[in-house]
Amino acid sequence: MKRAIEKIGYFKAKNNHIHGKEKKGLITKKRAFRFFFIALVFLALVLVSSSIFASTEPSPAPPPAAESQMPWWGWSITLLVSTFILGILAVLGGVGGGVLFVPLIGGFFPFHIDFVRGAGLIVALSGALAAGPGLLKRNLASLRLSLPVALIASSAAIVGAMIGLALPANLINILLGTTIIGIVIIMATAKKSDFPVVPKPDGLSQSLGIMGIYREESLDKDVEWNVHRTPTGLILFIVIGVMAGMFGLGAGWANVPVLNILMGAPLKISVATSKFLLSITDTSAAWIYLNSGAVLPMIVVPSVVGIMLGSLVGVKILARTKPKSIKWIVIVLLLFAGARALLKGLQIWK
Amino acid sequence: MAEKKITKASEEQIAYAKILNIGMFLGLALIVVTFIIYMSGILSSFIPPQEIPKYWSMASKDFIHSMGAPTGWGWVAMVSKGDYLNFIGIAFLAGLTILCYLVILPILIRKKDTPYIVIAIIEVAVLVLAASGILKSGGH
Repeated sequence: MKRAIEKIGYFKAKNNHIHGKEKKGLITKKRAFRFFFIALVFLALVLVSSSIFASTEPSPAPPPAAESQMPWWGWSITLLVSTFILGILAVLGGVGGGVLFVPLIGGFFPFHIDFVRGAGLIVALSGALAAGPGLLKRNLASLRLSLPVALIASSAAIVGAMIGLALPANLINILLGTTIIGIVIIMATAKKSDFPVVPKPDGLSQSLGIMGIYREESLDKDVEWNVHRTPTGLILFIVIGVMAGMFGLGAGWANVPVLNILMGAPLKISVATSKFLLSITDTSAAWIYLNSGAVLPMIVVPSVVGIMLGSLVGVKILARTKPKSIKWIVIVLLLFAGARALLKGLQIWK
Repeated sequence: MAEKKITKASEEQIAYAKILNIGMFLGLALIVVTFIIYMSGILSSFIPPQEIPKYWSMASKDFIHSMGAPTGWGWVAMVSKGDYLNFIGIAFLAGLTILCYLVILPILIRKKDTPYIVIAIIEVAVLVLAASGILKSGGH
């Protein structure tokens, strides 16, 4: 169990961008693809039924709020099942759980967006904490690269969380929807480089000793790495931190391009460091939500358990095969979730 | 650091990973166990589970005002309630990073790695400030 949980983050990272040796096993691509579609259809059914049962809408007024037609335990089970499927999809699609969790659960469950963001941060935090030890021990996540970046991002995430909790729900949904659609564009178009060329490390990275060497198993050799454009990267992490705190999203979708394309860290180091970074960035924002009363255990615990269990199953499927088209299906799912948040915020699709 | 071109993780990185590993499993176990206690009804709840759907569609600020729910560290005084018992595990997971930084700080000091000593101290200060409850948002 312990090793399996450690593997979640490692395989998620691997699935994101790392080109390792993919194992061929008992399950064929066709079977995995079929399984994926069944999961997707089931998720759609769960979300649609949630939407039907959710007679409640976020109410700006204090109680009494209208009760939903489904009993509380029905919601807990539906949430557990939904997040379990999301956990599978996240691993197969190479995205973090938080980025799927917030727009989908916020869009189709009767929970206020405050509680969804609070839960989303703890979901992303739990995933990052679970992945962190393995990535650090393998020297894929770099502490020297993480610590300066984390200081900037975690400070900004506090500001983002405070802004996010102060804004009205409709505006948050509009901004969230726009952000998710932006993430879709980044995912669909962003280039990645396994080993970016860093002609000359910048002065800041040199003075901080941000450099390293890791064993690249796929090439069977050691790879040395440096970074450049560190000041620009740190400025961008202010924006990333604010967005992570404001929307309760993990920020891997933004961390990786900045670390890899802008700063020139190898893809494997970028993905692993990004995953580890979330454990620090999301911590500071999670505290703000926790202290502001925006955390409900009834939402948080089934979500964390569901995502973790789903990730374990996803890792098992991923270890055998990875149909490339799944990434595009997840992108469409994100696009749908982003559109839902945007339309909900605009009061077009309540 | 860089002169020793080895693929192994640094001492502080391994120390960080070790404490994170132990803490992560402890935190997840706490979350699951306290939730089971909450669901079992062994302890009375501040808001009974069947009443929760009345409140989860409210903004957090409205929820706090209408229920008189605690903010900041106010939950500590209510851990005898099943729902607030869950906050032990959640707060533990959220606080784990602070512990990890405190563990690597002596290693950084011993190595006289001044920039990272400063970064680690400021990060701990930032996270403690976030955790303190001073910066909660009352918004809307």
